[in-house]
Amino acid sequence: MAGEMRPLPVPTPETKHFWEGTRAGELRLQRCDDCRHTYFPPRPFCPKCASRKVSIVRSSGTATLFSYVIHHRPTPGFAPPYAIAVVELEEGPRMMSNIVGCPQTPEALVLDMPLEVTFERQTDAITLPFFKPAGSR
Amino acid sequence: MKPGTVAVVGAAETTDLGVIPDLSQIQLHADAALNALKDAGLKPSDIDGVATAGETPTTVAHYLGITPTWVDGTAVGGCSFMIHVRHAAAAINEGLCTTALITHGESGKSRVAATPRPTSPGSLAGQFEAPFGVMGPPTMFTIPVLRYMKTYGITEEQLAMVAVVQREWAARNPRATFKEPITVTDVLKSRMIAYPFRILMCCLVTDGGGALILTSAERAKDFPKKPVYIVGTGESVESPMISQMEDFTSSRAFRVAGSKAFAEADIGHADVDHVMIYDAFAHLPLYGLEDLGFCNPGEAAAFIAGRNTAPGGKLPLNTNGGGLSYMHSGMYGMYALQESVRQLRGVAAAQVKGAKISVAHGVGGMFAASGTIVFSNERP
Repeated sequence: MAGEMRPLPVPTPETKHFWEGTRAGELRLQRCDDCRHTYFPPRPFCPKCASRKVSIVRSSGTATLFSYVIHHRPTPGFAPPYAIAVVELEEGPRMMSNIVGCPQTPEALVLDMPLEVTFERQTDAITLPFFKPAGSR
Repeated sequence: MKPGTVAVVGAAETTDLGVIPDLSQIQLHADAALNALKDAGLKPSDIDGVATAGETPTTVAHYLGITPTWVDGTAVGGCSFMIHVRHAAAAINEGLCTTALITHGESGKSRVAATPRPTSPGSLAGQFEAPFGVMGPPTMFTIPVLRYMKTYGITEEQLAMVAVVQREWAARNPRATFKEPITVTDVLKSRMIAYPFRILMCCLVTDGGGALILTSAERAKDFPKKPVYIVGTGESVESPMISQMEDFTSSRAFRVAGSKAFAEADIGHADVDHVMIYDAFAHLPLYGLEDLGFCNPGEAAAFIAGRNTAPGGKLPLNTNGGGLSYMHSGMYGMYALQESVRQLRGVAAAQVKGAKISVAHGVGGMFAASGTIVFSNERP
């Protein structure tokens, strides 16, 4: 990583549980108590049925590589080329992340490859969820 | 809206396009507006409706000396101007105003008093996308394409072909920024921006503007230029985050806006003589052709490679050269509308002979919004 820091999130009341989760080594999603829909990003109601009865659930952290680009241009906090990926979690929701622990090349980054979450501390307040090839160290 | 009840009676772009360091963003709006007023034979005092994006309607109205009874500041990205046309048509029909001016101006390259577009670190995009190294449209708009390519077996060569064909149209347009012919090899050898996108698959970054003037079809026949009627309109939005786009192989906003516009116009695809599909990147015409129903899912790349959209083809597409070769200030939708109007007036640089129906389809944000307008030079 280059000297400058990547942009970091500022948690809101509605997303606090997610960022507390990553700090504790958990990837937290939400599930509707009424229609059982599991969703992301966080909000205190179900985006499918509008119920306010929702619970925080822990994701298995298992995902597949859904799509990505490999960025080649200078970006503060990053050493190009690096992949910006969208992963599909086992529970259904998709999220943006970076893929770590493998070369940032089309040959190494194959769509639908199995991934697992890994957490990287950025500051005392913020830990980001990244994904690495399943079974890699 | 009721098809054919409102028409474009004034249309113009800024005097210059490209690199314009001597005009600020608001003056680009004004330059285009003054050119459109001249085109329609009107003065600012004749305008009672103002719609714009990038600047506020207040700023534009005051700068031009207009006292509006209707304003629209819908700002959902590059297709805002399609949506302004739709809203203005409804407003004119409802009697909220009689003569609406829609302006666009953007100092995309020179950045003279340009509007900044910051992402709040507390927004959902700021929390769940910005930390992973996205740097504007080249790294976000492009993310779905590998999924699209895998689903339909589309190759990088086919993606490159989109840019090659559009350059053929640009070569016929003296106002296009890039006119020299290119090959698939040229595209695939050009600088990598965000794999699989190379620089020749990405839009230009330029300065410019455009403006439209709309009034009722009844009044339109008394104007100096041949009226271009609005016969179908559609709009929709999806997600402000590319990672949350429902289907990476198809845009929901495109499908909703497009089908609404075609249904309103009561036309079939075979009726369309000319089409503009906002091409911020080379994959946009593929999604657009499929989501508008011109091609089955996964077949647009072969349709383009088969020269159906090229000069001489049955569906002339992006005949000004598009965002890839003509110009792209940031919110390109206005230029797609301008080319549709020129084609139906019969004054385009690469004129489609006898064109009667033109579709202008816009995208806003990264597949976040969409607007579709069907124009006709015959009143239905």
